[in-house]
Amino acid sequence: MAAIELAGVKKTYPGGAQVIHGIDLAIGDGELVVLVGPSGCGKSTLLRMIAGLETISDGTISIGGAVVNTKEPAERDIAMVFQNYALYPHMTVRGNLEYGLKNRGTPRAEIDARVEAAARTLEISQFLDRKPRQLSGGQRQRVAMGRAIVRQPKAFLFDEPLSNLDAKLRGQMRIEIRRLQRSLGTTSVYVTHDQLEAMTLADRLVVMNGGHIEQVGKPTELYDRPASLFVAGFIGSPPMNLLDVAALQALPGVTLPDALPDGTDIVGIRPDAIILGTAAPGDILLSGTVELIEPVGGESHLYVRVAGLEQAMIIVAQGRSELVEAASLDFALPADALHPFSRATGKRL
Amino acid sequence: MVENRPWLNVLTHLVLVVGVIIIAFPVYLAVIASTHGPGAFLSNVVPLLPGSYMLDNYGQMLSQGMSTSGAPPLTLMLANSLVMAIVIAVAKIAISIISAYAIVYFRFPLRTLAFWIIFITLMLPVEVRIIPTFKVVADLGLLNSYAGLTIPLIASATATFLFRQFFLTVPDELMEAARVDGAGPMKFFRDILLPLSRTNMAALFVILFIYGWMQYLWPLLVTTDPKFYTVVMGIKRMAAVADADPQWNLVMAAVVLAMLPPVLIVIFMQRLFVKGLVETEK
Amino acid sequence: MQTKRTIFPNRWLPYGLLAPQLAITLVFFIWPALQAVKSSFEREDPFGFKTTFIWFANYSKLLADPMYLNALWRTLIFAVLVTVIAMGVSLILAVAVNRLLRSGRVYTTLLVWPYAVAPVVAGILWWFMFNPSIGILSYVLGQMGVTWNHRVNADQAMILIVLAASWKQISYNFLFFVAGLQSVPASLSEAAAIDGAGPFKRFWTIVVPLLSPTTFFLLIVNINYAMFDTFGVIDATTSGGPAQSTNILVYKVYADGFLGLNIGSSAAQSVLLMLIVIVLTVVQFRFVERRVQY
Ligand SMILES: Nc1ncnc2c1ncn2[C@@H]1O[C@H](COP(=O)(O)OP(=O)(O)O)[C@@H](O)[C@H]1O
Ligand SMILES: [Mg+2]
Repeated sequence: MAAIELAGVKKTYPGGAQVIHGIDLAIGDGELVVLVGPSGCGKSTLLRMIAGLETISDGTISIGGAVVNTKEPAERDIAMVFQNYALYPHMTVRGNLEYGLKNRGTPRAEIDARVEAAARTLEISQFLDRKPRQLSGGQRQRVAMGRAIVRQPKAFLFDEPLSNLDAKLRGQMRIEIRRLQRSLGTTSVYVTHDQLEAMTLADRLVVMNGGHIEQVGKPTELYDRPASLFVAGFIGSPPMNLLDVAALQALPGVTLPDALPDGTDIVGIRPDAIILGTAAPGDILLSGTVELIEPVGGESHLYVRVAGLEQAMIIVAQGRSELVEAASLDFALPADALHPFSRATGKRL
Repeated sequence: MVENRPWLNVLTHLVLVVGVIIIAFPVYLAVIASTHGPGAFLSNVVPLLPGSYMLDNYGQMLSQGMSTSGAPPLTLMLANSLVMAIVIAVAKIAISIISAYAIVYFRFPLRTLAFWIIFITLMLPVEVRIIPTFKVVADLGLLNSYAGLTIPLIASATATFLFRQFFLTVPDELMEAARVDGAGPMKFFRDILLPLSRTNMAALFVILFIYGWMQYLWPLLVTTDPKFYTVVMGIKRMAAVADADPQWNLVMAAVVLAMLPPVLIVIFMQRLFVKGLVETEK
Repeated sequence: MQTKRTIFPNRWLPYGLLAPQLAITLVFFIWPALQAVKSSFEREDPFGFKTTFIWFANYSKLLADPMYLNALWRTLIFAVLVTVIAMGVSLILAVAVNRLLRSGRVYTTLLVWPYAVAPVVAGILWWFMFNPSIGILSYVLGQMGVTWNHRVNADQAMILIVLAASWKQISYNFLFFVAGLQSVPASLSEAAAIDGAGPFKRFWTIVVPLLSPTTFFLLIVNINYAMFDTFGVIDATTSGGPAQSTNILVYKVYADGFLGLNIGSSAAQSVLLMLIVIVLTVVQFRFVERRVQY
């Protein structure tokens, strides 16, 4: 077990493209930190630098208090789970699980014991003598996990391990990874572009954008107080409505709450914070036309066009809405649910 | 596709049967000739049906050879050919796979230059640089030796390219996983890459074995001692004599024996053969 | 040039891995080739005591030599005939096999094995069949009133080596044509059939155009084969005769250098041949690069 610390980490690929622009991040012992961000923002690069698969252009990475910048992956005592699993195709499942232990000179008896234990934990005992190609996608994923846990490393590094699974299996495995990580208590860094996966798994969430960290915090913190327009738009589904203050103020009968900080030119509101019908004093009252209704079971997503606003707003209505498309709708934005942002800096005010 | 054109089907088989006959006839004649006694070739046309001297002819060729042409027994020449073909095939595969490994899995100064040097060998077949190559081999004292027969032929651009192509299709993550699992470069090569290359190596072996077996000009140049004759070049010497002193039955027995090993390989390892042929040419 | 995303950090290991291949290439390929280039600019006195640098004299002499021009011409005829015959016959056979389902495999097996017959052996087989005194084909021709003797008749000698060389190459072309035909999507032919095109029309309008990459590839390979891999065929049958009529370039290099001991001229011939191979290789590679994504 170990803490992982990144200080001023930068990456410039040979050829000159700088993709990581100075990352500082402290990951506590036993913590599960999720790196999330759009595709191409540098999550994998950062993870692979921690693993030792990419050189570090600048800054330091330490694992368990020791700087590992120039250490080989194997010397860092980490285990990695890849998106395509990277199982050795010519080895049996047992061979895959054993390989890392054998290379480290672990005694035979201990190898067997650890493989048995890992296989039992992941419920792959009956597949131990099969080759990877004789397994389903989900089973392969478990073997990849097994290969990481038999090693009992200081840290697990996951690079989109569930992206190749179908939605249902992805949900199941997500829960299983969470449970496993809790029970083993191994420090973990988990990369994904899927914000739902990120929210549900993370002890702490790191939102990355363009090689920078946008915000670090508990998932609920990030949801409740996104530090930037980027985070506000990225976390939460359906995404936060971001409204232009000037356009809002130009609407008849709309006044913005005094509590909004000076210089607010964009306000955000979560689709599920919007109240249908009447407003409390101080709330912003709007009316619009329902363009589209997406029933998603327990709730419905309404796409509402407000005259004078550029984009349709998304509203989450609880239960099954009786509204029909083209109906007109009154709704309220509660004053305490507004997120104030500055367009110029992109930051929360 | 369902298509009912009986005449087209008949034509198809007709074409193929004629094709097979054209392909097989020269060899059929050779086999027939190898079963006759020496007297059969004095009349004015070769026999078309088998004779009864098969065992005598093959027995004589294998154990004694043709005394008049100064060629050693075929057993020796076959053994030489076998050694040459196997050494060439194995060595080509070995040095090519490690070169490809270096080029794909490492980055180092002069890497591109190394690649081009290997590539250039494609443009220098032995036939076109024959005299200076002969001279190098002579200067190194490799005439009349197995080393001289094989070493100059074991550089291979095509095999290197084949392995390079294959390695590029091996997912990067496999090597990364192995590194995380504590495997260094040689361990990764031995434990992962080599087993994954098995089919490619086998396919290549078939092609290269045939290549080595068919060598003619090179053994002709570097061997003057009958001890090192290979069967393919030995036959030519016998045939040259047979023209004057028609022992066609014996020459054709030798021809059949010289064809047999590689032809059997093609027939019985057809899948590997086709794979090797098609992939090395990509 | 492409490598893996991550690479091993070792500094010396890759050189060690490349060393055997590079050593052999340098000693037995590059060095002799350079020697050939060097000697092609030199004249050696008859006793080998003294060499003089003579610029392009060897080349100009060579290109003015009617024997060399004859060899060039003969090589051209030979290469064109072998390429056309070997490709034509194999295309017909491949198309036929491609029409069949199960029995196609049997025919394939029966057709591919000559690949494993050495050129010199192919030469002997055909030489045997055309042997003027006992050969079956010369006998049949004799019955038809044609006197066959490739030892004196230049055209007949050419026919002999063309047949022997083509016979051996058919199996190779056949395999590549079959592979090419199998990669033509059946749906295209089916669509054309629905549009009412008969089998021959479909072949010309759908299959032939889609097969053109294979055809072009084989064209280069066959020219290469006819020019450089047929040494054994010539040596086993005609030895370049009669009267130089089958003395193609590769055979002439050998004959002039080894038998005639004319080092300077042979070296100049080698260099010219290398240029031809380089051109063919570059053309082929250009084409391969277009076809296979690196
Ligand atoms: N080997 C490389 N050389 C140059 N650029 C690279 C390399 N690998 C990745 N990149 C670039 O770095 C950026 C970040 O990539 P990556 O870390 O894989 O993103 P993510 O995992 O967040 O999708 C991308 O723009 C990608 O194009
Ligand atoms: Mg990624």
